[in-house]
Amino acid sequence: MLQDYLNIAVKAIFVENMALTFFLGMCSFLAVSKRVSTAIGLGLAVVFVLTVTVPLNHAINDYLLRPGALGWAHASLTGQDLSFLCFLTFIGTIAATVQIVEMALDRFFPTLHAALGVFLPLIAVNCAILGASLLMVERGLTLPEAAVFGFGSGVGWLLAIAALAGIRERLRYHHIPAGLRGLGITFLLTGLMAIGFLAFGGIQL
Amino acid sequence: MATETRRVLMDPLIHNNPIALQVLGICSALAVTTGMQTSVVMSAAVVAVIALSNLSVSLLRNMIPTNIRIIVQLTIIASLVIVTDQILKAYVYEISKQLSVFVGLIITNCIIMGRAEAFAMQNPPLKSLIDGIGNGMGYAAILLVVGAAREVFGAGTFWGIPVLPLASEGGWFTPNGLMSLSPGAFFVIGFLIWILRTFRPEQNEAE
Repeated sequence: MLQDYLNIAVKAIFVENMALTFFLGMCSFLAVSKRVSTAIGLGLAVVFVLTVTVPLNHAINDYLLRPGALGWAHASLTGQDLSFLCFLTFIGTIAATVQIVEMALDRFFPTLHAALGVFLPLIAVNCAILGASLLMVERGLTLPEAAVFGFGSGVGWLLAIAALAGIRERLRYHHIPAGLRGLGITFLLTGLMAIGFLAFGGIQL
Repeated sequence: MATETRRVLMDPLIHNNPIALQVLGICSALAVTTGMQTSVVMSAAVVAVIALSNLSVSLLRNMIPTNIRIIVQLTIIASLVIVTDQILKAYVYEISKQLSVFVGLIITNCIIMGRAEAFAMQNPPLKSLIDGIGNGMGYAAILLVVGAAREVFGAGTFWGIPVLPLASEGGWFTPNGLMSLSPGAFFVIGFLIWILRTFRPEQNEAE
């Protein structure tokens, strides 16, 4: 049982890394990876929001949206299939969660809030968050599995952006062809990192 | 007016390409470009969503309260994506299975939000529609080039039709498996940006 969860986590962190295998959250991945400290701040915020939203969206999908989910409310509703609404509800949940998380952090953990600060609102439109929820539905995970999957995906993303930021900080001291500076070299670097992560392929605990 | 329309339409294609210059909407550009068919379907979906979202946001721009404009834009976009997803599932089911979650991720594609916020909120409907189409085409142009490169070098086919004779079938071409995997996408886009900026040095980034 525990092994299953561990397996899902390892798979989400290394084998199917959100950023390097599924290209999720690429916009902020490229834009916010210039310095290690900010990269880690954003990464932590992503871990946090993913761990909350993926299980939450799982519950919504399970009790409201999937075919026959409304059976608990009234017997006549068992035939309903609202799964086409999942995009709209998921993005709504994510935006609302981000807002609530931000207010709660501000109230109870001001230091953490100061550290994550500007990144939290940005996360609502980070495709890694919506992507993880949609992947969770596509794979048919259970609620605890969804929580582990959300956490693992976040950690994988954090790992990737922190590593990329580390490399880009060192890159500043090197001569790069003019046309490759900035975006171009970052893509090539990410490609090399993706090759590195391919080495984890097929690992199973 | 004609030159203005032309500028709004053509500018995003090369001069101000949303992917190569503004670094927007990269995720799907990388993920769906393993072949030409998925690239074309994805491009069509994005062009449709961005054009219609620009049009609807522009029509509603004087009625949307400033405080909640983001959530209104998001709702408009999400509804359009739901319709697009249903249409794709109805008519090109196989390809929509391959695109998997990435149709849904059009919602968080920053090009669409970006154009709604930066252009459609200030401009009249027709101009916004044209701007949407222009930016959609700019996105599509990169997608098609990357999709073609990855399919030809990764599988030796173009639109599913063999163009390079495979070594396994007595030809000379050995498919480069890396192209079909994720690193290939990063390399192709990286080199594409390098080429674009070599010919347009004004787009270089100072570092």
